[in-house]
Amino acid sequence: MIDQSYNYIADHINQLQPSGIRRFFDLASKMENVISLGVGEPDFVTPWNVIEASYHSLEQGYTAYTANAGLLELRQELSRFLEKQYHVAYRPEDQLLITVGASQAIDLAFRAILNPGDEVLVIEPSFVSYVPAIKLAGGEPVIVEATEQHAFKVQPEDIERAITGKTKAILICSPNNPTGAALNKEELAAIGQIAQRHDLIVVSDEIYADLLYDEPFTSFAAIPNMQERTILISGFSKAFAMTGWRLGYAAAPKAIIEAMTKIHQYTIMCAPTMAQYGALEALRNGQDSVIEMKTSYRQRRNYVVRTLQDIGFPCHLPGGAFYVFPSIKGTGLTSEQFAERLLDEQKVAVVPGHVFGKSGEGYVRCSYATSMQQLTEAMKRIRRFMEQFN
Amino acid sequence: MEQKEIELLQILEKNGRLSTETIAKMMELTAEEVELMMKKLEEECTILGYSTLVNWAKVLKDERVTAMIEVKVTPTRGAGFDHVAERIYRFPEVKALYLMSGAYDLSITIEGQTMMEISRFVSDKLSTLDSVVSTVTHFVLKKYKHDGIVFDKRDDQDKRMMVTP
Ligand SMILES: Cc1ncc(COP(=O)(O)O)c(C=O)c1O
Repeated sequence: MIDQSYNYIADHINQLQPSGIRRFFDLASKMENVISLGVGEPDFVTPWNVIEASYHSLEQGYTAYTANAGLLELRQELSRFLEKQYHVAYRPEDQLLITVGASQAIDLAFRAILNPGDEVLVIEPSFVSYVPAIKLAGGEPVIVEATEQHAFKVQPEDIERAITGKTKAILICSPNNPTGAALNKEELAAIGQIAQRHDLIVVSDEIYADLLYDEPFTSFAAIPNMQERTILISGFSKAFAMTGWRLGYAAAPKAIIEAMTKIHQYTIMCAPTMAQYGALEALRNGQDSVIEMKTSYRQRRNYVVRTLQDIGFPCHLPGGAFYVFPSIKGTGLTSEQFAERLLDEQKVAVVPGHVFGKSGEGYVRCSYATSMQQLTEAMKRIRRFMEQFN
Repeated sequence: MEQKEIELLQILEKNGRLSTETIAKMMELTAEEVELMMKKLEEECTILGYSTLVNWAKVLKDERVTAMIEVKVTPTRGAGFDHVAERIYRFPEVKALYLMSGAYDLSITIEGQTMMEISRFVSDKLSTLDSVVSTVTHFVLKKYKHDGIVFDKRDDQDKRMMVTP
């Protein structure tokens, strides 16, 4: 029976597709003994000092709202952190906004800058929220594909080709979810030149900045002359293993932060206070934990990539995040079929690449944020699964 | 020490059961290189063994008791504390022995099948040593955490959802 209340829903929401991830979650969670490589979050629990600091803030009765933009103390600490880690200078008073995860910062950024019909270039395969966030803000996502041929790094020519008179912004994410691809300074600078030439805003999702394994991270805002047109988005979820705390931030020129804060003020008021106190401790004393987690991710990345290559998957070595994105084209299956059969036959959950955009077809996302014990077992099962295709 | 050796030690300290092949992949080395490195570290006694952390409280038939003993000693001329330390750590029931700063000198961790066995060790073997001045014995009632590992397995549960963006 069709639920009559369907008619009450706004047309543009009815037209919005639910995320393909959801379907896989439903399938996988009905089964037992599944090893999941489908989780897009750290397997670590938040460092204890962070938990303890938040705990303490509650004990002390810090249970009220904070300033709309977030605790000034947290913004001050964040300002120092951004300067020290990424060599970008943002004023705590009017260039930083504490949000409910990077997710909210993405939403705010597009709502703040897009007029109806404005186009935003989205590099795919990409995180599942980008396209809906742009649409919900009244914008038009325009897809630019980053292909395996170039190690999933977007090519400046392809960006250039997608630009029209209506293009307002480019959205980039490096290191990337789901491919793990990371752009270096030169590659970022090439995008910067295009942005400058066409006067575009660059929304840079840098949530995996601290999980870059083989080279130092370059923030897009650190590219000369780019800070004035960059909305830097990041958060505490990945590097500090704080996904459930729902805390992120945006750093941008004053007028943009003001506009975002205006929306934030009326829709959210402020990010959760106890989470902000935890984040303060994370910024002050969390670096050792980050480094330890990062070392462990790097080792697991190396193990998974080399094992998948041994099994016979073409798989590039991703620079960062905690995902590998092997090609499954050799099996003749679609990524959906591959993921379903792997789950069904060997009880390993991966995410089919097409949920991250059309160009993700032919690949699956495997997250290596799970224990070595689980990973070695998962690799055994995948090897067994692949025997039928030889 | 070379960076790679330190990385190997850190991997092994966390999990001594990973195969050489797996470790090699994790470290971007060949299996032979890892073998050689382990051999070297064993020979120079940097790696002293590969043991398993057991929660004996789970083994019903096993009722062993653990005690920590604080010992004050008079150091011997020429050998300092080392001589008396050796006299103590040679006993197989002594699981750990440390020289301490502060109010006492040696800290012993000892395991026995019964409390009696441990008290007999203190009265017959330990207190009778010439250099031992005094001892204080503390029995362990419950182990929560040992060598960085929390014994409560609830800690190990994966609390994440099966598939997330
Ligand atoms: C690329 C990317 N951006 C943003 C987010 C959302 O992060 P947060 O938890 O801060 O909302 C994720 C989480 O999966 C992500 O992968």
